[in-house]
Amino acid sequence: MNETATDSQEKPQLVQAFPVKEGDFASAGSVSIAVKKMLKDVGLDHQLLRRAAIATFEAEMNLVMYGGGGEIRLLMSPHTLRMEIQDQGPGIPDLDLAMTEGWSTATPEMREMGFGAGMGLPNIKRNCDRLNIQTEVSHGTTVEFELDII
Amino acid sequence: MVSPTIREIIPILNARVLCCQEKLDTPIKQAFGSDLMSDVLAFSPEGTLLLTGLTNVQVVRTSEISGICGVIFVRGKQPDEKVIELAKQFELPLLSTDLPMFDSCGLLYQLGLKGFSG
Repeated sequence: MNETATDSQEKPQLVQAFPVKEGDFASAGSVSIAVKKMLKDVGLDHQLLRRAAIATFEAEMNLVMYGGGGEIRLLMSPHTLRMEIQDQGPGIPDLDLAMTEGWSTATPEMREMGFGAGMGLPNIKRNCDRLNIQTEVSHGTTVEFELDII
Repeated sequence: MVSPTIREIIPILNARVLCCQEKLDTPIKQAFGSDLMSDVLAFSPEGTLLLTGLTNVQVVRTSEISGICGVIFVRGKQPDEKVIELAKQFELPLLSTDLPMFDSCGLLYQLGLKGFSG
């Protein structure tokens, strides 16, 4: 199917892709801070960029802690901010459980860093307008979420 | 509601300022005490003062993401220089008090500061 001009304008375009390393607690969170700064620089509403930053930060921590590293992609259209977070990690065996607040498979090291409270995916959901998670055990997970720009 | 500044709570907690002296006149909208950064992200609105016993670099990054106005390290905890340097980059005031978490929160509550439950 051909895209109309409007479709093409509306489809979020890639702004930047950021690699994230496994277990790199020293720089974990830096991508989200860079994303927040980029969104601030383009003049996005303060609350919107805060929600986007929190959701991205949670996803970034998941990549560092569980996903074996991966990539975060920032995409934008005039009305939509879209984040795509992809890993080739172990996948999530039970997504419903993973979406439950307080459910966690964190290691003691992760908890020592202040994470692993089982708030990651629920907090992403809370801070975005649309969330889609594709996961397959042994093949990895893709988390995509969007926020409406108003 | 009372909105004390960070400077105003220094004598109450007998706190030491570790960095960003120039940001001490920021009004504190509310406060949150936690060692869990995941919960800070979930429950701390913009302009919250964070009290924590955790001193690693993730406290600073979480604060930057969440819009925390300042961090008080309780129980005499002292972050290392790398943490302080990162906080300076984000203009995030860091303070340290010898008081434990419960006592610190109690004193600030008495002053009129509230948590996210209002």
